[in-house]
Amino acid sequence: MSLNLADRPMRLSGLEPLVITPDTNFVNVGERTNVTGSKKFLRLIKERNFDEALDVARDQVEGGAQIIDINMDEGMIDGVEAMTTFLNLIAAEPDIARVPIMIDSSKWEIIEAGLKCVQGKCVVNSISLKGGEEEFTAQARTIKRYGAAVIIMAFDEDGQADTFERRIEICERSYKILTERLQFPAEDIIFDPNIFPVATGMEEHRKNALDFFHATKWIKENLPYAKISGGVSNVSFSFRGNNAVREAMHASFLYHAIKHGMDMGIVNPTMLEVYAEVDKELMVHIEDVLLDRREDATERLLEFSQTVAGTVKDEAKVLEWRNEPVAKRLEHALIKGITEFIDEDVEEARQAFAKPLHVIEGPLMDGMNVVGDLFGEGKMFLPQVVKSARVMKKAVAYLMPYLEDEKEVGTSSSAGKVLLATVKGDVHDIGKNIVGVVMACNNFEIIDLGVMVPPEKILAAAQEHQVDIIGLSGLITPSLDEMIHIAKEMKRLGMTQPLLIGGATTSRAHTAVKIDPEYDGPVLHVVDASRAVGVCSKLLSELGKDYAATEKEGLAKVREGYAKHREKKALVPLAYAQEHKPKLVFDATTVPTPKFIGTKLLRSIPIAEVVPYIDWTPFFQTWQLFGKFPRILEDEVVGEQAKSVFADAQKMLRTLQKEQWLTLNAAYGIFPAQSRGEEIILGENGALGSFYSLRQTGEKSKFQALSDFVAPEGTVQDYVGGFAVTAGLDIEKTLAKFESAHDDYSSLMLKALADRLAEGLAEYVHLKIRREIWGYAPEEQLTNDQLIAEKYRGIRPAPGYPACPDHLDKTTLFDLLDAPSIGMSLTESLAMYPASSVSGYYFAHPDSKYFAVGKLAKDQIASYAALRGIDVATAEKWLAPNLNY
Amino acid sequence: MTITEAVQQRILVLDGAMGTMIQDYKFKEEDYRGERFANYPHSLKGNNDLLVLTQPEAIDAIHLAYLEAGADIVETNTFNTNSISMEDYHMSDLVVELNVAAVESARRAIQQYRKNGGTDSKYIAGSVGPTNKTASLSPDVNNPGFRAVSFDDLRACYFQQCEALVGAGVDALLIETVFDTLNAKAALFAAQDAIEASGREVAIMLSGTITDASGRTLSGQTTEAFLISVGHAPLLSIGLNCALGAKQLMPYLQTLDARAPFAVSAHPNAGLPNAFGEYDETADQMAAQIKEYLDLNLINIIGGCCGTSPAHIAAIAALAKNYKPRTYVA
Repeated sequence: MSLNLADRPMRLSGLEPLVITPDTNFVNVGERTNVTGSKKFLRLIKERNFDEALDVARDQVEGGAQIIDINMDEGMIDGVEAMTTFLNLIAAEPDIARVPIMIDSSKWEIIEAGLKCVQGKCVVNSISLKGGEEEFTAQARTIKRYGAAVIIMAFDEDGQADTFERRIEICERSYKILTERLQFPAEDIIFDPNIFPVATGMEEHRKNALDFFHATKWIKENLPYAKISGGVSNVSFSFRGNNAVREAMHASFLYHAIKHGMDMGIVNPTMLEVYAEVDKELMVHIEDVLLDRREDATERLLEFSQTVAGTVKDEAKVLEWRNEPVAKRLEHALIKGITEFIDEDVEEARQAFAKPLHVIEGPLMDGMNVVGDLFGEGKMFLPQVVKSARVMKKAVAYLMPYLEDEKEVGTSSSAGKVLLATVKGDVHDIGKNIVGVVMACNNFEIIDLGVMVPPEKILAAAQEHQVDIIGLSGLITPSLDEMIHIAKEMKRLGMTQPLLIGGATTSRAHTAVKIDPEYDGPVLHVVDASRAVGVCSKLLSELGKDYAATEKEGLAKVREGYAKHREKKALVPLAYAQEHKPKLVFDATTVPTPKFIGTKLLRSIPIAEVVPYIDWTPFFQTWQLFGKFPRILEDEVVGEQAKSVFADAQKMLRTLQKEQWLTLNAAYGIFPAQSRGEEIILGENGALGSFYSLRQTGEKSKFQALSDFVAPEGTVQDYVGGFAVTAGLDIEKTLAKFESAHDDYSSLMLKALADRLAEGLAEYVHLKIRREIWGYAPEEQLTNDQLIAEKYRGIRPAPGYPACPDHLDKTTLFDLLDAPSIGMSLTESLAMYPASSVSGYYFAHPDSKYFAVGKLAKDQIASYAALRGIDVATAEKWLAPNLNY
Repeated sequence: MTITEAVQQRILVLDGAMGTMIQDYKFKEEDYRGERFANYPHSLKGNNDLLVLTQPEAIDAIHLAYLEAGADIVETNTFNTNSISMEDYHMSDLVVELNVAAVESARRAIQQYRKNGGTDSKYIAGSVGPTNKTASLSPDVNNPGFRAVSFDDLRACYFQQCEALVGAGVDALLIETVFDTLNAKAALFAAQDAIEASGREVAIMLSGTITDASGRTLSGQTTEAFLISVGHAPLLSIGLNCALGAKQLMPYLQTLDARAPFAVSAHPNAGLPNAFGEYDETADQMAAQIKEYLDLNLINIIGGCCGTSPAHIAAIAALAKNYKPRTYVA
């Protein structure tokens, strides 16, 4: 008979597969989650201390168990309930649930209850012919339909097999019924040919081990694909109390059983000595017993065992991570979801920190951030994160009494009330739950309405509970529309609470474009759970209004950016838009005469003068750190990283000034100008050429064009300005140096700084234009924040951006300003070189504002092309993203 | 030729998305209601599975569009037609009627396809969705041992749906978008019971969902663990659908290809959703990805999930014609 056993391996699964092939070493089944074998586990289950019971299971998996055996057979326990509860709890513990489960019971109803809880392919332990063939086949058929493997006890109507012959007779009969009558897969059958104690002093027990070995060998040779298992600790039952002997006996028994074909077994790994390390003399005595080699083997072993010190090995393995500093221990506990030591660790941390709150804000949030990062990187998955949050919750619960004692903190028992709901039509709530738990950990009162929540219910609950914040979650596409609907309803009802949007399909873009415009209150897109606490804390802080306002501005900018890509609104004819364009007032106050007319070049502007005008927020975005400067430095999530990258930036800024890595040049000009429709005519009678602007034609737009900000021909004399600045000159030298040193970090840092300096330079020159050169705002005194928020009079739109989406005017601008003479040039696609450059127009009219041209119809393209003197195809090419056709 | 025979001979093409096709009709509340449910006390908008009763022409037309695009298998519009999901619309009582009507719609479309001159063998797969409850996960994070639904509840719910679909004459049951393997095991249990009780030969197809780049199902299983957990059932095919696009699905299909003793199916989304939750991948882009599957001989059954249209299916069908199906040992 030649069978290829490798063709049909035994395949089991938890969250991960366990495939047992002929090459697989002995499979170790954890035995300590068994109320009949472990007093501790029994006590834990009786006390319903499931947390610690789970720790027992986890210890086994960490200790190398590849399958865990779970048994709840005890008279005082409701076995069905206990099995169901414990298995459901294990399902929430990925580091336990990754291995297959062995459902161990002598009661069929407990086995079936277990089968209903386990998603993986588990093992039933066990059924047998004890109750006759009919019961046996019914049970086996059901097990097959649940998709489990099964252990068959060598047991029949006449009792348990205790000889070699009875063992093989019962196993063969069982095998035939299963494979021939039920087509039960042979590779899913495991026999337990009964491991009985040896050295009991009773004559009939002398061959207990040997018969097991022989039966194992016979089964492996005669019942193809079947496997052998057994409970190993039984064999040493007579040596209870002498662990040294028991451990050695287990090692020896396993060594021989495996040689005979045993595939798996229930072994306590902490009760197992390494075979090679067993004392030689002890081993001889043990093997004499197991293999029944001498008449007096038992007596000799008993005698010898008195001399073997009954050293009790500590069952708890050395927990190396317990030796780490407390912050590391907390982090480990959070990542692994271990609650066992959390109270003592938190207590230690509490004593080390000035305030209990600092423990939360410090090591605990740090740990949660690590979890968030690992999750983001795909190195942890959802259930683990949920578990981490539970550890967090326990930690906070421990600190709660101390927090409440700290009157000076001044916080009430709740940091705020937050309503959470997964919107109608959506069942996905894991992310929302994580948000809820993490927030509850941070002292927020959470009103979680669950999943599929209709809008009426959300709005009613918000009113009823007077919540401070409403958080909506959704994972599927239609949820986005639900969120829009709720935003509209909130507006209709005059609500003002911040609305938080989260979930996998949501995005900042969608929030900005579709949700934010529907609601006047704050709308925030929260990327992930780790951000939720920071966002809500800020919203409810003293500066909440400012924060909400800047976030709303941020969304408005996103919206602007998206407008050019996404606007699909109906357009009005150009003629209609022209008729309805805004009519600005042009008089002595709105049209100031510039103090300087003409162009000027500035070379080697001192970097120190520009640094104060840097807008740092986009700098952090470059590094994928999102948040507004300077708040970002204090952000719970990215604060540390932001601080570190900011410090490096400051350092490089000092060096690059000292070593003159960059040269900052600028060109500006102010020219007489009049408008004629969309055209801006430059110089006397157009002597300097023209700029050509585009007009909004969106149905709901204001029908603006940049030319509207310039006085029309035949009215007052007006002016426009232009500028081109760069901070990228000479950058290549230093970049090359970094690159040859493989220093990507510094390379990226320098590029980011050059970009910021170019933008800062544009801000700096514009300020000079307003205050001195054009001179219409000599008294202007704005902070950098106000400058960044564009609070000044006039604008400096750039070609290629929403207000003037085509780049062609750059050519005119560069010619007028003679930008090439300060080292700036344009590529054939009109990108500026060096890369860290900015150019644009200046408009001084007080009513000039930024806007987005949006989509363009054919009529305007034709008109624009004619005006500019290019063919329609060329115009279409340059304006491709804006074409509405 | 039965579907089981057909899958041995060629790559079978499954149809594409139903939901996104229905969206194009922009049905309003009153359209969903139709005459029969005009005065129904609950909102019905969004109950796409109800449309087999209230807008049958639309559903017939979508099926027909897929058949003409080259789909060999049409899926009934019954993804949510089970007593648990229908509770959302207070329509659990209609489960049997809806399933039967959905099979009839698919059958009408096949008849129309024949009237239009079509001659290929076409099959009806009864779509069996995951329901909106999970048997392995707790909806309450503070009570991880809690379950919103039991195995027995799910088994009874699935049995009712499978019995109706089998009774109405489907060629196969397609248990799809499996995000919790325990739900799938209840469905497999019920499907086998229903098929045995009917005495008919009905194939069982199973398709899981890998949620994200972790490569796991929502309930945490790896692809191989998932395969092992459902391998006890007499499946025609095992595969993956939804959540990911064709490109992202590839490594997990390779896992199935290497290990599954069944046919392997895939019906990916049209790429990953963009910031607006829309699927952008064009028919050609998707077909180019699927060509890689075919070049590697990974596939026996191929179709589309969210965001796919008859154009996608036509492109896939045109491609699949030129390839031999994956070979495997049952």
